[in-house]
Amino acid sequence: MRATASTPLRLPPLRAPVVFGSLLVLLVVLIVRSLYLQRFDHDFLQEQGSSRYSRAIEVPAHRGRIVDRYGEPLAISTPVKAIWAWPDKVEATPGEMKALADALEMPSASLSQKLASGGDFVYLKRPVAPDVADRIAALRIAGVHDETEYWRYYPSGEVMSQILGFTGDHDIGQEGMELAQQSWLGGRPGTRRVIINRRGDVVEDVASIRAPQEGRDLALAVDSRLQYLAFRELRAAVEANKAKAGALIMLDVKTGEILALANWPAYNPNSRTRAARDRMRNRALTDTFEPGSTLKPFTIAAALESGRVTPTSIVDTSPGTLTIGSATIHDAHREGFLTVEQVIQKSSNVGAAKIALSLPASAMWQTLSDSGFGAPPRTGFPGEVGGRLRPAKSWKPIEQATIAYGHGVSVNLVQLARAYTVFATDGELKPVSLLKLDGPVAGRPAIAPETAREVRRMLEMVVGPGGTAPKAQVAGYRVAGKTGTAHKLEGRAYTDKYVSSFVGFAPVSNPRLIVAVMIDEPSAGQYYGGSIAAPVFSAVMGTALRMLGVPTDAPVSNVVLPPDSAEIGEET
Amino acid sequence: MMRVNLVLLTVLIACALSLVTSRHQARKLFIDLEHEAAQTRAYDVEYGQLQIEQSTWAMPARVERVAREQLRMQLPTPDRVEMLDEGTR
Repeated sequence: MRATASTPLRLPPLRAPVVFGSLLVLLVVLIVRSLYLQRFDHDFLQEQGSSRYSRAIEVPAHRGRIVDRYGEPLAISTPVKAIWAWPDKVEATPGEMKALADALEMPSASLSQKLASGGDFVYLKRPVAPDVADRIAALRIAGVHDETEYWRYYPSGEVMSQILGFTGDHDIGQEGMELAQQSWLGGRPGTRRVIINRRGDVVEDVASIRAPQEGRDLALAVDSRLQYLAFRELRAAVEANKAKAGALIMLDVKTGEILALANWPAYNPNSRTRAARDRMRNRALTDTFEPGSTLKPFTIAAALESGRVTPTSIVDTSPGTLTIGSATIHDAHREGFLTVEQVIQKSSNVGAAKIALSLPASAMWQTLSDSGFGAPPRTGFPGEVGGRLRPAKSWKPIEQATIAYGHGVSVNLVQLARAYTVFATDGELKPVSLLKLDGPVAGRPAIAPETAREVRRMLEMVVGPGGTAPKAQVAGYRVAGKTGTAHKLEGRAYTDKYVSSFVGFAPVSNPRLIVAVMIDEPSAGQYYGGSIAAPVFSAVMGTALRMLGVPTDAPVSNVVLPPDSAEIGEET
Repeated sequence: MMRVNLVLLTVLIACALSLVTSRHQARKLFIDLEHEAAQTRAYDVEYGQLQIEQSTWAMPARVERVAREQLRMQLPTPDRVEMLDEGTR
């Protein structure tokens, strides 16, 4: 020690510069590295850093409800869980499998079958109630997971199935109003960036990346009580008459709102897995049929408008047939001389054809077109059709004659009901709406008020003594309407299958409701509109008017039914 | 000079501490707010489910069945219905 202290320390000559140099090099490396991290790796590091404390989280937005005109819910979305699994990764003891099967309420065998079916993803069950999903999550079985999704529930079930339609995956509208109003109803989830703490709580909002857009509620014009009434009566009539199908629509005369629109057969939108495509169709809007005699009032209106006839002009319908070229028109009953009023009341084909042939085709076409035939009723419903009304220039005399009593034209039921607003008001054609409106809407004048009143009186005679539809009468209210019994067209030939219909309105002193009934292929013996569709009209109209508290305009003893043995005349 | 610096230092430390406290308070309140918002969503969901339940119980078909079968009610025939004028109500 002493020696080293006394002798001066002789370092190797290069030692100091080498140490200094290597320290310098290290320093430069550090500086370069930090510059590199700051400059070139900056984005990646920033992202890594912020991912430790910041999250982009989804803000859920749910689909709007569909409600009826009084706010009764008709379609509501509610969150449910879907249970899914990776079959390859499922590890569970037999006991756990048993517990899982019990929680899913399915037999163990079918659960194992689902898991054995292979593939890398399989839904075990959807939808599942949230509390059941929690129980399954508590089992902690590897490879079994759940996810939240929205399920659309329809409390009214099959009663309104065709109007509402349904939604598919991700709660997106697939049919009916759900599809038509998708952009209004559909919610769009948003995202926001937040700062979270160690426990995963959100402690600060940083930014909203996309604001969520909640779905809006949609109010339909439908009155759910009237809808149920219509559905119940229609279903009973279709089943009693062993018919293929049926449809019924109820319109508010003042506003054109669709208060009820029933179809049978129907399906249950809450469990539609096995529902046939055919049952989902809203026949009243998407199917056309030849209306038959329900079109005659428009022929008569055209004739009255032209000034060529008055309600009391005489038409000779004997001998009950009319031959035009190679075709012959028949009446079901020989009537002889009829007034124009009686042509409607007794529904004479020959009478209507003769009146039509006295008119220029263009005048008749104009009245039909002004009454909304040949164009869609523009309800906004998906798949709506407009029916067929060919231009007057192409009409041959036989066509003009058959169109007079509703053959050679086609309509849908909504269009037909809407056309009757012309007679229920003083000649105005009202627009129809599936959505709730705030008040009366203006229509488009189609025929003169005087003509409308005259035809209205004729339509009241139809349900009176000597008319074709005494069964359409309603106790306490004056009603007016027209029967229709049309041969069905299959391919190019008419068959012995029928479409029975009735369109009418009440109370006649101040019409409030229009009801149109259509029964397709009744096959229990009877097929006249006056005996099949008219009783449905009477039951629905009577109950609806009393439910709505519409003041009566006739004594309750006004219903006069002919004895059962008496024949009720009706044409095809 | 020295005294002024000391005073400023104390003020600075006080400010810094109060910033930390208020920041902490804000975060705690925000967590509460988030919990309440989550509660609101949960109540919304429950409200929807209750609405479904209510409308299922109140389905016209069920009401009619209960009225007819359990309560033995029936629709009055038209001759037993009296219509009142708007004015007399």
